Amino acid sequence: MKLKKILKSVVLGASASMFAMGAIAADDTIKVGVLHSLSGTMAISETTLKDTVLMMIEEQNKKGGLLGKKLEPVVVDPASNWPLFAEKTRELISKDKVDVLFGCWTSSSRKAVLPVIEELNGLLFYPVQYEGEESSKNVFYTGAAPNQQAVPAVDYLMNDLEVERWVLAGTDYVYPRTTNKVLEAYLVSKGVDKKDIMINYTPFGHSDWQSIVSDIKKFGGEGKKTAVVSTINGDANVPFYKELGNQGISAEDIPVVAFSVGEEELSGLDTKPLVGHLAAWNYFQSVESEANEAFIANWKTYIKDDKRVTNDPMEATYIGFNMWAKAVEKAGTTDVDTVEQALIGITVPNLTGGTAVMNKNHHLSKPVLIGEIQDDGQLEVVWETNGTVIGDAWSNYLPGSKDLIADWTAPVSCGNFNTKTAKCSGQNF
Amino acid sequence: MRTLPILLACLISFLLSLSVHASPAQLATEPSVPELLTKLTKVKLNKAIPVLKALEKQGGEGILPLFKTMLKGQLYYIKKTKALVAVNKVDGEKVYSDIFSGNILESMSKSSVKKIRVNNKVRRFLRESIARTQLSATDAEARLKALSSLLSKLDAGIIQTIKTLKIQETDEEVLALMDVAIAMFTLSNSSDSKERLSAVYTLSGRLENEVRNLFVKVVEQERDAKIKVAAERALASIEQRIEKFQFVDKLFFGLSLGSVLLLAAIGLAITFGVMGVINMAHGEMIMLGAYTTYVVQLMMPNAIDYSLWVAIPLAFIVSGSVGVLIERGVIRHLHGRPLETLLATFGISLILQQLVRTVFSPLNRQVQAPSWMSGSLDINPVLSLTMNRLYILAFALLVFGLLLLILNKTSLGLNVRAVSQNRNMAKAMGIKTDRVDAMTFGLGSGIAGMAGVALSQLTNVGPNLGQAYIIDSFMVVVFGGVGNLWGTLVAGFSLGVANKFIEPITGAVLASILVLVFIILFIQKRPKGLFPQKGRAAE
Repeated sequence: MKLKKILKSVVLGASASMFAMGAIAADDTIKVGVLHSLSGTMAISETTLKDTVLMMIEEQNKKGGLLGKKLEPVVVDPASNWPLFAEKTRELISKDKVDVLFGCWTSSSRKAVLPVIEELNGLLFYPVQYEGEESSKNVFYTGAAPNQQAVPAVDYLMNDLEVERWVLAGTDYVYPRTTNKVLEAYLVSKGVDKKDIMINYTPFGHSDWQSIVSDIKKFGGEGKKTAVVSTINGDANVPFYKELGNQGISAEDIPVVAFSVGEEELSGLDTKPLVGHLAAWNYFQSVESEANEAFIANWKTYIKDDKRVTNDPMEATYIGFNMWAKAVEKAGTTDVDTVEQALIGITVPNLTGGTAVMNKNHHLSKPVLIGEIQDDGQLEVVWETNGTVIGDAWSNYLPGSKDLIADWTAPVSCGNFNTKTAKCSGQNF
Repeated sequence: MRTLPILLACLISFLLSLSVHASPAQLATEPSVPELLTKLTKVKLNKAIPVLKALEKQGGEGILPLFKTMLKGQLYYIKKTKALVAVNKVDGEKVYSDIFSGNILESMSKSSVKKIRVNNKVRRFLRESIARTQLSATDAEARLKALSSLLSKLDAGIIQTIKTLKIQETDEEVLALMDVAIAMFTLSNSSDSKERLSAVYTLSGRLENEVRNLFVKVVEQERDAKIKVAAERALASIEQRIEKFQFVDKLFFGLSLGSVLLLAAIGLAITFGVMGVINMAHGEMIMLGAYTTYVVQLMMPNAIDYSLWVAIPLAFIVSGSVGVLIERGVIRHLHGRPLETLLATFGISLILQQLVRTVFSPLNRQVQAPSWMSGSLDINPVLSLTMNRLYILAFALLVFGLLLLILNKTSLGLNVRAVSQNRNMAKAMGIKTDRVDAMTFGLGSGIAGMAGVALSQLTNVGPNLGQAYIIDSFMVVVFGGVGNLWGTLVAGFSLGVANKFIEPITGAVLASILVLVFIILFIQKRPKGLFPQKGRAAE
């Protein structure tokens, strides 16, 4: 039975990729580039987003495409290799002449793509939560900025759970380091003593968490309510949570709030010891809304697996795609500059029952949700913001970026405009 | 059977409360238990605690089974009748039972019941509430657990209960902890300095976090010089003891990391060390073992506790036969050309990874931990050893012992040693070197597969599992001395321990860098590792 299913999926996968490659390029199609890693370390997260974009394209085509033309996906595999992301972007824009790109997951890959996409004046939708401190004319950020995820989560812990001591644990790369810098500045501004903040970095894919978890246990055992704010990325989370469970740290004693753990990561994990730990996102599969139910049903039919889950970056992809489609229809063309201006102010429904607005700084307005992990691997909302929060490209808590704003409408038209000196730094991103 | 009278008592109290329900005067002021129970099904999550508090007050001990089911997240209610049911999973089947009587109910459709959600605040309340009633539990272990969870929440009421319970307490550990609780309360609340001083003496030497925190507070704020000095002394001695235990803790962490390194490297020690083949696909053999565990658990979802015993031999067979295939199909033809072997096996490793990605999807697979491997062995409040690490440590040593036995006591071992020492001479003596090569490679790969079963309990089971361990494995084998199993053992453990002692000082990132730098320097000095092979075999 199982074998048959597996064989079937292999055959299906092979034929699907052949179809994608063999699709004949015609002039009367709008080309959509999909730039997600299908092999290497990031394949685990990014393959899902590739499938999401393909599903959205299929649906749009069923509705008759855009501007009377069919949409045609061009899928490439940058193989979790940052320089290859830049190369593939160049290939997609200059050779395949795609009109828009959906792609990237890690900040490193986005940073690699940036110079190319600005040089060739392309259009990229980036669907993952990130560290902020960036706004490019050619990129739309549909994931959360730190003020839409990290800062509200810390607020929740501080006000609702009365946390006084903080462990900021992260993987050693740009997103956790910047986020933790923002958070540390924020906590200090709220009157938290530096002694009550412990910062810890670990390498990618770290698997031996014994001493760190035991340090956290000791740090938390000193009388004050302690919480862990985790920016630990990807695979390293599984052994981390396993170790927490084994050393008997329950969510009631020391809650862990994670920014990179969603339904998909949890599906590869035995969640019983994790019940009660938290995650902060802008979307959960468990949110009850009509749009969400329809989306989940579509996804399960498209992927032909009833057990597959949906997650936040998928919602960001969904919003990004719908916004682009709406802007193209509004502009009546796929020309990048026109679509870019048309996108600002566009609203589409999000999956949690509200509306997403694209702001002048190319970031979205999103609700912030905090969920507790349940024993079935889903996250149950325990707290949410009133209404939506506008994504902030430049953090207000970092000395260097306090005075910067991003505004891509005339007369400012700048990604890092200094409000004090009233100057655009000239740097593009 | 012993629970039966308790359950009966619950039922009676439940019925009694029902009859109380009948009097309208009572009803106006305080809602009765059944009313509260229905309320529980309607109330929003953030308003649940007042309802639970009222339930605790009204229901007394009879409410305990409800709280316990709720804490486990097994409390559901029937949508139509609003009646509460407990939903248990036994052998993969959902079993519905009455909360108070424990009677098994007819099975219902999934959509007819709804779960009553709990969050951290509710869980914390439930746990405390259960602890309060558990103080007089019949099981000494439960009493001890309840007491220690109440240490941070002592108030006059609890102390009064403890004092009355103390009179009939017989268990020594519980008695000692009761004294600690009373002493803690006296030290922080009493005004009699003599009493407080004796409380300090009772508390000195205790390792509980709460006691230490109390002492820290006393040392900071105390005005009475005598008590302050005594507290300082007590704190110093506690801290000294804690330090000692933390050293043991670190040593254990180191040994357990070492055992993982040993497990990952020991297969390589055979293929690389004995045969001289640089096998870049070694990590993928580990990965195959881990996936075997996953498949075994899929086949026997109702017997997770035994799944590892099936997975270990199966993983050996799967990885071993893949190993033999690789040897027969590829490596044999590249004999004596190390660079080509390296490239070819690297290619095989990529092929295997992508194969797993296509067959099982690129997502990580969920491997469950058997119940006997979860949790930890608590020796005292400071020192606890996690069970899974203990088992893996033992398993690594067992595998190592078995391997030594095979190499030294069997004819296969004799042949392997002969071929690795002098291939041509062995051939001349009539040993089928080709067969021995295949068997050795299969043995090494099979052991890697067994390592995969162990690693599936610690880390992700995904296509990249092998990559994470291949570098470490080579490091251990090279450091220990190529071709020497004992060297691998010593190298694995010493690298593990060194890593864990450096880590708290420098952080995890720098610790692994420092270990690598150390190995590079060491190899410069002693190119053949810790235990180089001597004699002509080494040439």
